[in-house]
Amino acid sequence: MDQLLFAVSTIVVGVFGCVAYFYFSNILLDRLLPASGPNAGANINKANAIRPWLFVLPALLVLGLYLVYPVFSTFFLSMRDTRGAFIGADNYTWLAGDEKFRESLGNNLLWLVIVPAASTFFGLVAAGLTDRIKWGSIAQSLVFMPMAISFVGASVIWKFIYDYRGENQGEQIGLLNAIVEVFGGSAQTWITVPFWNNLFLMIILIWIQTGFAMVILSAALKGISEETIEAAYLDGATPMQIFFKIKIPQIWGTIAVVWTTITVTVLKVFDIVFAMTNGQWGTQVLANLMYDWMFRGSPDFGRGSAIVMVIMLLVTPVMIWNISNAHKENR
Amino acid sequence: MMEMAGTKSRLTWAVNLSVGFLVLLWIIPTFGLLVSSFRDRDAISTSGWWTAMSASEQNIIVRADAPDNATPDGAGWVLSGSVFESGSGDVTAFGITSREPEAFAPGEIATHAKGHQISVEANGDYRITYSEQPSGSRGQRLFVRAESPPSFTLDNYREVLFAEGMGKALLNTLTVTIPATIIPILVAAFAAYALAWMEMPGRALLIAGIVGLLVVPLQVAFIPLLKLHNNIGIGKGYIGIWLAHTGFGLPLAVFLLRNYMAGLPGEIIESARVDGASDFAIFRKIILPLSFPALASFAIFQFLWVWNDLLVAKVFLGTGEDQVVMTGRIVDLLGSRGGDWEILAASAFVSIAVPIAVFFSLQRYLVRGLLAGSVKGG
Repeated sequence: MDQLLFAVSTIVVGVFGCVAYFYFSNILLDRLLPASGPNAGANINKANAIRPWLFVLPALLVLGLYLVYPVFSTFFLSMRDTRGAFIGADNYTWLAGDEKFRESLGNNLLWLVIVPAASTFFGLVAAGLTDRIKWGSIAQSLVFMPMAISFVGASVIWKFIYDYRGENQGEQIGLLNAIVEVFGGSAQTWITVPFWNNLFLMIILIWIQTGFAMVILSAALKGISEETIEAAYLDGATPMQIFFKIKIPQIWGTIAVVWTTITVTVLKVFDIVFAMTNGQWGTQVLANLMYDWMFRGSPDFGRGSAIVMVIMLLVTPVMIWNISNAHKENR
Repeated sequence: MMEMAGTKSRLTWAVNLSVGFLVLLWIIPTFGLLVSSFRDRDAISTSGWWTAMSASEQNIIVRADAPDNATPDGAGWVLSGSVFESGSGDVTAFGITSREPEAFAPGEIATHAKGHQISVEANGDYRITYSEQPSGSRGQRLFVRAESPPSFTLDNYREVLFAEGMGKALLNTLTVTIPATIIPILVAAFAAYALAWMEMPGRALLIAGIVGLLVVPLQVAFIPLLKLHNNIGIGKGYIGIWLAHTGFGLPLAVFLLRNYMAGLPGEIIESARVDGASDFAIFRKIILPLSFPALASFAIFQFLWVWNDLLVAKVFLGTGEDQVVMTGRIVDLLGSRGGDWEILAASAFVSIAVPIAVFFSLQRYLVRGLLAGSVKGG
């Protein structure tokens, strides 16, 4: 009950605090620089120069504090040891030689190639198919639904699918092993099989992201002009040819956007590995390794920071691409 | 493309079938967990969820009541009871030794080497008759093969919500989610308006910066901000996590809202200005109502993201009862009680239910927001 009270009151204070800031700062500005009286003209000009900053200031403060400052702070931390002494690039040389780091980097690269590619591919296929049938929008909602499920919830769902019962523990209750046995195979402990277990974890994220790719690609497909398709049809193109040779080339831009968005998600993904294997059996990834160094046993913030900087380095190309795209559009 | 006369019918069939297959593939995992969350512990651990609708065959081993409790009946002494501790079933066979667990049919009378006679009826009632008063505290072992009808229960949910602390975690999650959804919207809406419609130096630079921040991995913020929170006395707690979620959500919020607001017709805003309306009034009376679709779509995103988050909560919140969120709770369960599927399944479903409800009721806005953010110009 106490907590409920605390929650409600802080919600009220927080939200109304925000509203009050915007409201009163604007009134204050109007009072200090009234738009009437002897200096009306000059006041209006001054107020017009100040007001936008009143509007963006909270956002800039929060962004600066929570995203910009940490990038630099983390960079400097990555050159310090556990006691805070400056050690230059030592953490990075340690990283280069660390077995677990190499495994994580390798796995991350696998994730980076497979998950965006598979999600975009399935999304494209799903978009192409659902566009042509009557119950397409219902089908789309159902495929899209995993987007609403937390990575943790999805992990529970898939852990159940991958579940394994030993030989004398009765029948398989995991769907995958039950299917394998129906087809005469023998059951496996899927999430401990080296290398392949990575794929089984990736399937979870692909399952989640396909809906996202599908929705966006489906909108792009709908935006294609009818004329080009009709022309191709009159020239005798098959539906397959129309899809791959006429439609796909016209939505390359969107495919690229979808691909990069999923790429960024993949780089930051932590929950699935954390919940399914916690990096055991050769499934470690950078985000989880970083968490390990930050919070497990005796934390080493320097090494943790160095790992984050590697992630940062990996997203930088996407960042540059994003900015140059936005710059082009705003011109 | 709809009018592929001739080839149409066969192709349509193929397309319908493939979509059906795809949809099945996509919903089966969740559906399996949903079914499991309504089954009892024994059913989950002995048979796959896909058998939930059919009667399940079980081999049960029970101990009959202690001989000490036998009651006189006519010439002998009798023990009776049921082999089903709870629920019911159909006994198809029973036995009295582990070597022959299915030696007798229900209703038959088995004679034990020690002389007493045992029978088990189809409904599970057993009856053991002794000729003399028996003694001992260990009851006769009974091996029973039974078919139990499909049964579904709400017990898992009851236990999860009231005994496993998930109810508390649900409350914690709400405490994190509501402010962490509302505050960034407010802050972002003002900033987006300024960046879209107000004259200010460096506007293009700010916009480019925010677009760049869209991809910054939030992991960079953990160590510096944890230190900062500790230094200024917030520590691990709700205020810290609200601010963190606000910060991490802002780039997308400002980006989506600015794109949307920049697309609003400029004449309305200009004419309001001419009429003497201040920017604050324009924002409140014109921009906010017109931007409702974009605001709604970002609100849904932020809500889903905060509700589903594990990492930020693990870093910025404490581990006490009064701060653990649902995702964190489930991960703990996965680690400590990975085999307790009934608890896991129900917990996961409690945490999934709210976002799925939001998703299905507000899907329209969610999709619109996605499209505004990702495919400009189609």
